[in-house]
Amino acid sequence: MSVRIETLVRRAPGAAEKVLLRGVSLDVPDGGFVALVGPSGAGKTTLLRSIAGLDAPESGHVIIDGRAVEGLAPRERNVGFVFQNYALFRHMTVAKNISFGLDVLPRRKRPSKNDIAARVTELLTLIQLPDLSQAYPERLSGGQRQRVALARALATGPRLLLLDEPFGALDPVVRRTVRAWIRSLHDQLGLTTILVTHDQEEALDVADRVVVMQDGQIVQDADPQTLEQEPATPFVMEFLGESLRFEGQVSAGRFVPNQMNVEAFSVAGLVDGPATAMIRPHEACLENTGADTTVHRIGARYGMARLSVDLGTRMVEILRPETEAATLPAAGVSLVIKEARLFRDGKLAWAGGLAEDRPAHDMAAQI
Amino acid sequence: MSSTTQSSRREADIPRWLLIAATYTIVGIMLILPPVLVVAEALRNGFGTALTTLADPDALSAIRLTVTMTLASVVINTVFGVLAAWLIAKYRFPLRGVLTALIEMPVSVSPVVAGLVWLLLFGTQGWWGQALDRIGVHIAFAPPGILLATLFVTFPFVARTLLPLMEQQGRDDEDAAMLLGASFWQILWQVTLPNVRWALLSGVLLTTARAMGEFGAVSVVSGHIPGLTETMPLHIETLYNGYQSVAAFSMATLLAAMAMATVGLRSFFEARARNAVIRGQDA
Repeated sequence: MSVRIETLVRRAPGAAEKVLLRGVSLDVPDGGFVALVGPSGAGKTTLLRSIAGLDAPESGHVIIDGRAVEGLAPRERNVGFVFQNYALFRHMTVAKNISFGLDVLPRRKRPSKNDIAARVTELLTLIQLPDLSQAYPERLSGGQRQRVALARALATGPRLLLLDEPFGALDPVVRRTVRAWIRSLHDQLGLTTILVTHDQEEALDVADRVVVMQDGQIVQDADPQTLEQEPATPFVMEFLGESLRFEGQVSAGRFVPNQMNVEAFSVAGLVDGPATAMIRPHEACLENTGADTTVHRIGARYGMARLSVDLGTRMVEILRPETEAATLPAAGVSLVIKEARLFRDGKLAWAGGLAEDRPAHDMAAQI
Repeated sequence: MSSTTQSSRREADIPRWLLIAATYTIVGIMLILPPVLVVAEALRNGFGTALTTLADPDALSAIRLTVTMTLASVVINTVFGVLAAWLIAKYRFPLRGVLTALIEMPVSVSPVVAGLVWLLLFGTQGWWGQALDRIGVHIAFAPPGILLATLFVTFPFVARTLLPLMEQQGRDDEDAAMLLGASFWQILWQVTLPNVRWALLSGVLLTTARAMGEFGAVSVVSGHIPGLTETMPLHIETLYNGYQSVAAFSMATLLAAMAMATVGLRSFFEARARNAVIRGQDA
């Protein structure tokens, strides 16, 4: 099922000046797995609820499978929806929860009792909880509830699955398992899935496409790789992970940071003027230049050492391979940026690596 | 632990024990003594005599009227209470706060005032009284008036017991049911009401206890016609004023027993409801 959103506008009820969605447009192809990410208040849940029909936008269109669904009640849209807190019916067994969507069908459309029971068994197998059909939700763990909620949403065979912060209440280890499992379910059942999350890592790991929202608007809509390499705005760059920011000037094809003890680098093709360079913590290294700086090791992550560098007027934290960190001097280094994105007027102006104009052996010799 | 802290702890115990003793004394005098005295008065001439007074036609009529009025108010106010709580808890609409305050109003307004309002509207000198009288509809000094008075006084109880639980549970369950294709009535019967069933029962029983015992509002609108518009509380007053104290206390014992049974059931369900709230929070 494809989903197409056209210039959706939604104001906060009772507070017209607060706009939740400012003309959002989005295309989700059949079979796509799209993640909506952004800080709270960005409008991602409102957008998801609008697609489901739980929220009524003031203007714009929601088109599911080529059909405008404005006039359709939520139950006629045939979408599966998983709520953040799962919203399982607490007085019903797992089996009853799962079969709810079938049990409430009008008699002429409702499958026979046996067919419903067979469907429940099939779904329980799919969610790998075959023995829990008679349990009540309160007895289940968070991960189990989440899978039951998913089975319930899938019982009526929707082709479009909407997930609102589905991993929010799970502990980190369970999260990763459930995440991978949902992705495989999506592929296996040929679903179209839209996932809302405030966790950018989750989005980058599971989705084909990540839609970054901010303040009721879509800031960038791209695949994870593009988002990593070419974030559209400093906000996207910051939202997607830890980053360092350096203000500076471009002059004669080189970016010269205002920050002392950070080396200038070549940004071929960019016209002169002020710019902001942003890097990830692993995209800078240290060079022994005799500068008035100090380095402390403060931790480790992914086999990299986390180093705190006092640049004189500012402290920055970077990540370097352990082997390299072991040989670093404790003082007298400069920060050398190896890869960066430059923003100008709030937009991406240049992105690239600098490996080509600084041969690797040269750097090694200087450390 | 040193002996000084132990003795200081014993000293701290003295006010605590005084407080406990005072509480039990007050509870004994204020709460336990009255019903005991009522029962003692009723049985002064033996159990048989007490029962005979309840078989009096006017007494039977009062019991019947109280039971009928109680049942009717409970049914009507349960429906309205569920509706009001559902509306306030699950939807946002203009003047929602005003509606919440209005539902609370009967708790603070004196029942006598409530009775007077109905007389003002439906009494023989009232706004609509004469017109209704001409077409043969009698509300004041008749059972419909008693029902209106009881409804007004007991209106808040179901809504007030349901509201906090419904608000805490939010609307996600209903939204989920709606997305799964359930109709309005299916959602109400299969999701909303089961989610609040213990609180609902508790509210219904509170309404029952209050409806049975209502005196003030009913006294004003009923006209005190023995055998016709006297409920149990009104009949007790009539009997007592007529120096039929055994009959008065027998009826009082029956009314108190009915109320206590209701309250007993209610505290049982209240405990279930509390557990449901706790479960609702961790779900």
